[in-house]
Amino acid sequence: MFGSKRGVIAIGVLVAGASLLLSGCASSSSLGGGSTPTAKTSVVVGSANFSENVILADIYGQALAANGFKVTYRLNIGARAAYIPALEKGEVNLIPEYSGSILDFLNKSATANSPADVKAALDKALPKGLTALTPSTAADSDSLNVTPAFAAANHLTSIADLKNLKSFTLAANPEFQTRPDGIKGLESVYGLNNIKFKSISDGGGPATLKALLDNTVQVADIYSTTPSIAANKLVTLTDPKSLFASQEVVPIVSTSKVNAKLTDVLNKVSAKLTTADLQELNNEVSGTTKTDPATAAKNWLSKAALF
Amino acid sequence: MYSIWDNFFGGSYPIWYLTLDHIGLCVIPILVGFFVSIPLGYLASRSRGARSVLISVFSILYTLPSIVLFVVVPVTLGLAILDPTNVIVALSIYAVAIMVRSSADAFSSVSADVRESARAVGYSPAQRFFQVELPLAGPVLLAGMRIVSVSTVSLATVGVFIGIPSLGLLFTDAFNRQIPLEAVTGIVAVLILALIFDVILSTIARILLPWNRRESRRRAARTASKAVVM
Amino acid sequence: MSLIVQGFLWIFVPAHWTTSATSAGIGNALAQHLALSGLSLLVAGVIALPLGLYIGHTGKGRGVAIVSSNIARAIPTLGLLSILLLYLPDVPFLPSGYTPDIVVFALLAIPPLLAGSYAGLEAIDRQTIDAARAIGMTEWQILTKVEIPLGIALIIGGIRSSSLQIVATVTIAPLFTQITLGTFIADGLAQADYVKVVAGAILVAALALIIDGLFAIVQRFVVPRGVSRRPTKEKSTTARGTALAAKTGTPIQEGN
Repeated sequence: MFGSKRGVIAIGVLVAGASLLLSGCASSSSLGGGSTPTAKTSVVVGSANFSENVILADIYGQALAANGFKVTYRLNIGARAAYIPALEKGEVNLIPEYSGSILDFLNKSATANSPADVKAALDKALPKGLTALTPSTAADSDSLNVTPAFAAANHLTSIADLKNLKSFTLAANPEFQTRPDGIKGLESVYGLNNIKFKSISDGGGPATLKALLDNTVQVADIYSTTPSIAANKLVTLTDPKSLFASQEVVPIVSTSKVNAKLTDVLNKVSAKLTTADLQELNNEVSGTTKTDPATAAKNWLSKAALF
Repeated sequence: MYSIWDNFFGGSYPIWYLTLDHIGLCVIPILVGFFVSIPLGYLASRSRGARSVLISVFSILYTLPSIVLFVVVPVTLGLAILDPTNVIVALSIYAVAIMVRSSADAFSSVSADVRESARAVGYSPAQRFFQVELPLAGPVLLAGMRIVSVSTVSLATVGVFIGIPSLGLLFTDAFNRQIPLEAVTGIVAVLILALIFDVILSTIARILLPWNRRESRRRAARTASKAVVM
Repeated sequence: MSLIVQGFLWIFVPAHWTTSATSAGIGNALAQHLALSGLSLLVAGVIALPLGLYIGHTGKGRGVAIVSSNIARAIPTLGLLSILLLYLPDVPFLPSGYTPDIVVFALLAIPPLLAGSYAGLEAIDRQTIDAARAIGMTEWQILTKVEIPLGIALIIGGIRSSSLQIVATVTIAPLFTQITLGTFIADGLAQADYVKVVAGAILVAALALIIDGLFAIVQRFVVPRGVSRRPTKEKSTTARGTALAAKTGTPIQEGN
């Protein structure tokens, strides 16, 4: 089949077509940025693969863009195991993080709990080349939730009350198995030895909710700003012994990109952002209106009137 | 509300640009699948030992879950973590894994009589390969390539788990934000893309294998279906 | 390399075989992996085998079967699973909570099962079937006494491919909710514990190889005497000879 000239031409056309497509694609997702020698500092903003984090990345990114930075995006990179190395290698320069979770990821034996302690421990645990800016007051913590019916039937209001159950199944991210403030913490701090664990990798998202509602699991770890908690009237169990570490939103940035202007812009955003805002933004993006994350971020910034 | 119209060229997950990214991930693995497995498959068809070694090695590679390969390849290659090459290499491994067996079967299907006749009329080994065996193996190679292209297009979506954009982003976003229309859009877009790749492959085959057209339709279809079982 | 060695060693730690709140347990995960695979294969078989035999026997509908098989192969498993998990209700006869997974994995298994059964029947020499008809066999007798025994190698080949495909692909179910051997991969990725990831991958590959080996043995035993595994070469000078290569029904999967 390669004997004929026609065949050779066809292959040639195919290869040429393929390379055209490839080059087209490379420009469509122009990732590296930075090759044009302008005065603008270029910043690559990344995010984890859940929508709240995407919105936060859009907010920080748009704020920087409005202040003369050249911003490119690498959103939805994946879980920490995927994006932290990318951050360390400088392929991404800014990721919105949650102080407690990132600390646990970096230091498996971390025990810090209060916002100040967590920030101090985080500064120590961060690898060289990365800087944590001032955390926001906006927080999105782990929270254990049960259905109202289950709470009423078993008189549950606090995590400590779970001790009275014969046994129960808890759904959370796989990290919860190994985190110090996950299963281990529930066992040691609250003395719960009646836990069965089911890992559901969607960060307290729709699959976790479904498992809770159909009683596949009785307790679910759902991030506190998730709209589904209010929408389904879930009962969030209180955490009287403060097991769950403080989870303030904190931008982690490449130290090489840090300058007065960048710090100023990002800190202004962090200072303005509240937990209620996070809930509201999540509701817009994932609730009934399904607003595009970038649009929701833009609306928030214009409402905040920071710049 | 999510609308395909608003998200075709715009929005955070523009369907058109994700499609281009997706194509960019698929073309090279499909080509690699073809060009690498031809010599390997030929080797396998000539020697039983080579066949069993090659087929077992690639079968094991194939049982590796794609998500594992997508994580292991970047570590092994030492490339940038967000470099699309990582996904391209992983998909190429799968493509070769599928295609080696098809190509071995394709060359085995060329009867010994024909090879002997070619030698008898004075063809050199190279001439025999390019002018006799390769063309005769063509239809079965094509059937294998159609599977390679379809599965590559479908597998490329898994790359989103390591941060490489493709139409798979529409699934993760649809799941996170619970937008069924977006997920269906993603699935349909992948199916359409697979169909387009399939049409391109058959067109190339029609140009390269003109005699295949003259074969009775039924026979050609039967040939293809047998290759598909494997 | 050392990661692979560590992965092997991980498997042989007794604590990793028991299920607790902090560990999925290899034994439990293996059992659920097999249960989910088996159920999916069963569902696929109930749909695809009769259909494939019908197509092979009558020659009707093969065009439709090929086109729909090819479409099924292109469906991205993860995408379909993520949407069915949210919107597909439980179906009678299937265990609660497993329906979306079973539907998705059964869908993967249908093309090779379908192709195996109709190609198995089509590969039979027409003269044999005409002879059976001539001696007065009913269509049902032709199917059960002639076509299935003669086509059994390819039919089992189809089951072999689809089993392997399911066993390898069920690995992704833990990215959402189920526990399978893929749990170690999903958990390891989330926990940045790559030894666990590699151990999971080794377990899946080992299971697939064992199942493939079992099918190879089954295939050897079910082919009736008189039908050799590699029939004498036909006088084919064209690609028709593929039928011979295909007769051993060796498997290829895709889409995990």
